[in-house]
Amino acid sequence: MPRTLSAPVTVAFDYTRSTGPVIGRFLTGLRDGVVVAGRTSDGEVVVPPLEYDPVTHEATTGFVEVSPVGTVTSWTWVPEPVKGQPFDRPFAFALVTLDGATRPFFHAVDVASPDEISTGMRVQVRWAPERVGAITDIACFEPIGDEADARPAGGGLLEDHLVTRVVTPVSLDYLYAASPEESAFYRGLNEGRILGQRCPTCQKVYVPPRSACPADGTPTAEEVEVSQTGTITTFCIVNVPFLGQKIVPPYVSAYVLLDGADIAVLHLILGVPADEVRMGMRVKAVWKPREEWTYSLENIDHFEPTGDPDADYDTYRHHL
Amino acid sequence: MGKLPAAVVGVGQTHHRAKREDLSMAGLCREAMDRALADANLTLDDIDAIVVGKAPDLFEGVMMPELYLAEALGAVGKPLLRVHTAGSVGGSTAIVASSLVSSGVHKRVLTVAYEKQSESNAMWALSVPLPFNMPVHAGAGGYFAPHVRSYIRRSGAPTHVGAIVAAKDRQNALKNPYAHLHNKDTTVESVLASQMLWDPIRYDETCPSSDGACALVIVDEDTAKASPNPAWIHGTVMRSEATSAAERDQVNPQASRDAAAYLWKQAGITSPIDEIDMAEIYVPFSWFEPMWLESLGFAEEGSGWKLSESGATAMTGEIPVNCSGGVLSSNPIGASGMLRFGEAALQVRGAAGEHQIDGARKALGHAYGGGSQFFAMWVVGADKPTS
Amino acid sequence: MRDVAVVGFAQRQMEEFDGSPTCVELLVPLFAECYEQTGWNRHDIGFWCSGSSDYLAGRSFSFVSAVDAIGVIPPVNESHVEMDAAWALYEAWLKIQTGEVDTALVYGFGKSSAGVLRRTLALQLDPYSMTPLWPDTVSLAGLQARAGIDAGVWDERAMAEVVDRSLTDAEKNEYAIRKGGSSVDELLARPMYADPLRKHDCAPVTDGAAAIVLAAGDRARSVADRPAWISGFAHNVDPISMGNRDLTRSPSTAAAASQVDLTGVEVAELHAPFSHQELVLRTELGLADDVALNPSGGPLAGNPMFTGGLIRLGEAAKRVWDGSADKVLGHATSGPALQQNLLCVMGSTTEGAQS
Repeated sequence: MPRTLSAPVTVAFDYTRSTGPVIGRFLTGLRDGVVVAGRTSDGEVVVPPLEYDPVTHEATTGFVEVSPVGTVTSWTWVPEPVKGQPFDRPFAFALVTLDGATRPFFHAVDVASPDEISTGMRVQVRWAPERVGAITDIACFEPIGDEADARPAGGGLLEDHLVTRVVTPVSLDYLYAASPEESAFYRGLNEGRILGQRCPTCQKVYVPPRSACPADGTPTAEEVEVSQTGTITTFCIVNVPFLGQKIVPPYVSAYVLLDGADIAVLHLILGVPADEVRMGMRVKAVWKPREEWTYSLENIDHFEPTGDPDADYDTYRHHL
Repeated sequence: MGKLPAAVVGVGQTHHRAKREDLSMAGLCREAMDRALADANLTLDDIDAIVVGKAPDLFEGVMMPELYLAEALGAVGKPLLRVHTAGSVGGSTAIVASSLVSSGVHKRVLTVAYEKQSESNAMWALSVPLPFNMPVHAGAGGYFAPHVRSYIRRSGAPTHVGAIVAAKDRQNALKNPYAHLHNKDTTVESVLASQMLWDPIRYDETCPSSDGACALVIVDEDTAKASPNPAWIHGTVMRSEATSAAERDQVNPQASRDAAAYLWKQAGITSPIDEIDMAEIYVPFSWFEPMWLESLGFAEEGSGWKLSESGATAMTGEIPVNCSGGVLSSNPIGASGMLRFGEAALQVRGAAGEHQIDGARKALGHAYGGGSQFFAMWVVGADKPTS
Repeated sequence: MRDVAVVGFAQRQMEEFDGSPTCVELLVPLFAECYEQTGWNRHDIGFWCSGSSDYLAGRSFSFVSAVDAIGVIPPVNESHVEMDAAWALYEAWLKIQTGEVDTALVYGFGKSSAGVLRRTLALQLDPYSMTPLWPDTVSLAGLQARAGIDAGVWDERAMAEVVDRSLTDAEKNEYAIRKGGSSVDELLARPMYADPLRKHDCAPVTDGAAAIVLAAGDRARSVADRPAWISGFAHNVDPISMGNRDLTRSPSTAAAASQVDLTGVEVAELHAPFSHQELVLRTELGLADDVALNPSGGPLAGNPMFTGGLIRLGEAAKRVWDGSADKVLGHATSGPALQQNLLCVMGSTTEGAQS
């Protein structure tokens, strides 16, 4: 058995970026099949344009069209592409100085092996079949053997329908691991038990156990199985829907101080109308059917009232 | 060896909006920075170092964005620092910037904090589900609502106090041209009538989601001589505790109380309510005004709500709080703390415009973050500190 | 300025840490080591500062629970940078310079293996024109390496020499996760990976954490026979764009070097995650040929993200502690292709301390 439990998790969002006038101008050009550079105060012609001049710090306002044809000034082989790169097979990334620009521009080059690319090689933009005003409107660069093969440049600088917004999907895959102490807790849940650990320094029982007791920095140690019954210390009624939410509102999320624990756990309260949930209410764990159990706090479907009299305020006032 | 004197001589902020679709992230920062530099009568070339602050990188989907922003922010060829201490970051960032001056390392430091919330969705970014866990959390409101309930229970506060605070801050915001919300019709009644989102927190008792930035220019004593109205830094403090710990006081956290005690001592203040002329306090949910008033020592424990209820925190009151409209009226998260610090500076400089408190000489800037566990505060004054 | 020294240092490096991305369980024993070295406990520490990244962990506020490892009742004076912890050390040094505190414990942590590191780092780039192409870290370093080779500033043999020396020295470093030198010819005979880089030219993906204790004046003298006194501390940044800087140079390193006195440095721990980057740094720093470079094996032997720089500073300080050097340099880098650089000069005496 591994020391810790782990599970994959994907963090993904399609970011909506407002471009501002300078990047907007560049992306507008790409949409229209034109590579737009910016002029700096010291005479450089830079692709993409810098938002602010490196010397005067003023916003860039001088734009110029440069050629989609240029020269490789450095390159690197990408033997094992990662998700989202321009190719899912080996390819090259390169710095390409476009004709008319004084500074190189970064993009991919479509070549099948490192033998097919070299510094000084002439390449041209291969446009994406559909262009939306994003850097990916340039699919990649491709080598040109003969200057005659170069496709003609675009249609000049257009000023219509400037791009102001670009959507950038970001999706990252992680393997999330629980700490050893948390793993013990989740393994307990897989057996229908709620396990805490006692801090050897302050003697408080933590549920879930902690890699370091936050009061004194000591890892919790001695295992303590706590009761499945406890007291609602405080709670809120969630009426608001939000992105990624798994539970349909309205619902009550409450801190439940289980008997035998010194810290409350946050969970869902059902089996009682939301407006009847009270601080001090006694509740018990309601488990999902055993066949649905995993290594998760979700094995406890919710807590529901025991019907016992409410706990005295003094029994939980120090847990607020 | 004590701290060298340091003063705020430039304050700049953006017009905060739900979506600043006219600006890139660099443009947002520069709008605030350029205003701060103009206010300080300095240019980027005069600046020795730049300190950037913002809340989680997941908000904008850029990892350590100060790296790509370095050139646009004029940081190239200079020292560049990036602070991240959760919601308190705007305050912490200002404090780190001030320490660059008060340590004697630099003379002129520019600090900028920002958030461009419209690039993503804060509730998503704060509630990405974790494996093995129970996803009952519902953003910051869902996190703080139970603790507000605890406060109401502990203090016996009448339930309309949150609405009084919200209505006051929204009315104050009408006097602040930079504020995100300008809802002139907001009243206690309209707040009470708004939807209960995270019971006991109503819609109008919550902060908006804003794009915005704030920048400060902090300088040494010599440079400050050129300013007609420097805001001198009389004390700074940062304190942290755990998100969750057995028997942790989540209503009036010890880190907050400790921070306040240390701050007042540094600033030579024995009775905050008598000696502080106004306070910009981080109040993202209206109930946090009375909660922090108690924790900061403006009121006895359990009676902060009486100050809020009585009108003592209104612009005409004994201790005006959030004359700018506060976090309840503008919330570019990473910048929200620096806005509190900057607004406090504007007040003692007599430069707060329509929301100026006449004769303000000493003001508090306050920020908190995480699960009410990270605190950053400063006291600024019109006079140079004597010690 | 006050005399401030490094008096404690602990580290862990591993290929794959099988624990939580908050790294709390890694930090607890590190702090214990620091306490053992100094005879202090958490109550003796005036300020805490850490460096880490949310995107490395894959979630917002990933640094928040790290304070549990401190034990924060009573609450602590604490801060965090979203940078390599070497910059957290800088913030802590500032805090001591203000006179507010006399001691600080700085830590960094990161579980690089939780995601695909070289892909995750594409999020550091220009979000409009770079990130959507997902340029991985190795590719960006490859472009830089090629630029130097094409310009005749370095060659593959010089790169292999860096690797051979590093992996040979790493044999003496119990924390190194890649070690074992062979010969330059043997290294050059190995296959290309990301042409012009071979795998050994690239720092291995490393998980880990590290902590350093700083103390001022007599507090430092009271706990260390030979504190590593900081005589110079500077950092600087270049533009991120790969096209708008000379990739064979590092102006920010040169700028930082101009703020400190490198004369007489005997040992330099350089944070060069790719072999050719050490060559860039060496030139910009103007280090003499007899300066011992990365005796720990350096980042090519192990490079935990957000800690790799702090470890360089700690390794350099150790050479002062053990008497093997009187003046040392620790360097940290951040961003693609050496964009941001920090220098910390330390020595066995307070003479020449930064003023």
